[in-house]
Amino acid sequence: MVTATIQTPEAPRVAGASLDIEDVSHGFELDGTVLEVLDDVSLHVAPGEFVALLGPSGCGKSTLLRLIAGLEPPTRGTLSEAGQPITGPHPSRVVVFQDPTLFPWRTVRRNVAVGPEAQGTLKQSQQRIDEALALVGLTKFAKAYPHQLSGGMAQRVALARALVNDPDVLILDEPLGKLDSLTRITMQAELVSLWRREGFTAILVTHDVEEALFLANRVIVFSDRPARVKADIPVDLPYPRHRGDPRLAELRRQVLGLLGLDADW
Amino acid sequence: MSDIPSPSQGQASAPHLTLADVVPAVPRPLVDVVGLVAGIAWLAVVAAALGWEDVGDWPRTPTFAAAAGLVAATFIVLAIGSRWLGAASRWLDRAALWLIVLGLFFTLWQLASAKLGWLPLPFFPPPQALLEVYLDDFPRLGESILASVKLQLWGYSIGAVAGFLTGVSIGWSQRAAYWVHPVLRFIGPLPAGAWLPIAFFAFPSSWSAGIFLIALATGFPVTVLTWSGILSVNPAYYDVARTLGARSRFLVLKVAIPAALPHVFVGLFMALGTSFSVLVVAELLGVKAGLGFYMQAAQGWGDYANLYAALLVLALLCSGAVSLLFAARDRFLSWQKDLVTW
Repeated sequence: MVTATIQTPEAPRVAGASLDIEDVSHGFELDGTVLEVLDDVSLHVAPGEFVALLGPSGCGKSTLLRLIAGLEPPTRGTLSEAGQPITGPHPSRVVVFQDPTLFPWRTVRRNVAVGPEAQGTLKQSQQRIDEALALVGLTKFAKAYPHQLSGGMAQRVALARALVNDPDVLILDEPLGKLDSLTRITMQAELVSLWRREGFTAILVTHDVEEALFLANRVIVFSDRPARVKADIPVDLPYPRHRGDPRLAELRRQVLGLLGLDADW
Repeated sequence: MSDIPSPSQGQASAPHLTLADVVPAVPRPLVDVVGLVAGIAWLAVVAAALGWEDVGDWPRTPTFAAAAGLVAATFIVLAIGSRWLGAASRWLDRAALWLIVLGLFFTLWQLASAKLGWLPLPFFPPPQALLEVYLDDFPRLGESILASVKLQLWGYSIGAVAGFLTGVSIGWSQRAAYWVHPVLRFIGPLPAGAWLPIAFFAFPSSWSAGIFLIALATGFPVTVLTWSGILSVNPAYYDVARTLGARSRFLVLKVAIPAALPHVFVGLFMALGTSFSVLVVAELLGVKAGLGFYMQAAQGWGDYANLYAALLVLALLCSGAVSLLFAARDRFLSWQKDLVTW
């Protein structure tokens, strides 16, 4: 990328990549016994799709994300991105974690610049870094340090730090889990518009059924540990979505039922 | 997408406020009364120095009185001109109570030693005797200061660099830890002074032996703190950096080391204290230059004023070194919250 191309909302920056998860099982060794967390999970994600993973707490969803990110190899099975096997981390698949995990010794702008710096493309990426900061509305805070930011702002910086790499796949591990409910609602809307504008494939782990239904094209419901795919529910609603849509309420009841919560509702 | 609503944007400006922005400015009084009292206390120093005959032979008594008079005059001018003299007067206002106490201390010291002979001589000389050392023995004292500073700088720098590199290596590499850790556990807690007898015959000069001892005393705390700093780096930092394309060089230099720096600073601070004591012990016992050597010689000749003069300089040097270290921290670790001020 020698010259930055001007993007219009109608022309997404990247096409997004497909993800293929084939018969993946994974376990951890704990005190000599193997704790199975994923059991024969298969999942196919189309380019540019927004998929939400829902499941009981501790079922292994986040582990699946670590495998997709390439931070760990699976015990069995294969994962590939756009047909290429995933063998390690790659900046085309960037993770936004539940904690923003910004580097406290770097300013906001230099945090956003970590990806280009690590990949050796810092010089060419200056404009892209500024664009990413503008994208999350934090241009004015470029020189602030992380400890001066609120939780929502810090998570926006983490988002900009991911987006600056123009990822084909954005991996979201409960990115809004620790935010207050108002900031959370705002950031859900931001996330949808970023996804529609940038065109990446998105994989989101969340505990929040409404969040999953509001954001995703498809909601995958996992069983208790070891996680297996229990249901694959398409959310057939156009964007931007309305939180009061009766179809969302209907889907919500269905998903909560799958999670074993129908008796309480 | 700058049109995204940002409900929390206002929060980030708050940490830049200082107390001075919040507390309304009170109009300054015409004369700084406490500052004036400080001036008068220092006039008392002058009166004590000139009002009685010396019980001994101290040629610098008039010089001392003149210096105290200059200090007193400065304080009085600053106190009267406090409305117009800005920063200097504000300093006087803040320090005034201490300056009064110091003035009283010098008056008492003057009277008790030079005038009334209450303090046994030659063990407790009057302030003009110290002034005499600074003015008349400056070449020898200056040479000693230079020698001490040089020895300390070499020893501390070598020890700090070696300790830092060792700490990073054993924090990062299992193999380095396997070989270095037992040695560190065995040798590290041994006080550097215990090497003294060996160091002075094993090294070609007492100077290089001194550097070795100071480096050893510095190296151990720096190594241990750097090591623990590297080990306590949040592993999520590595995950983040790796997914953004970082390789191990980046992980060490741009993640592990910056994250460990607050620990490294604590190590450097602790090392500074132990290295001072080793410096002085080495100079008192073997190195033939420096302030410790100067003090040793002064004691041998019964020049007690020289002893106190050197001690005072040593205190200023050590305190100055710690201030420098803290200034460096404020420069490089300004991103930390709630730093202790020195």
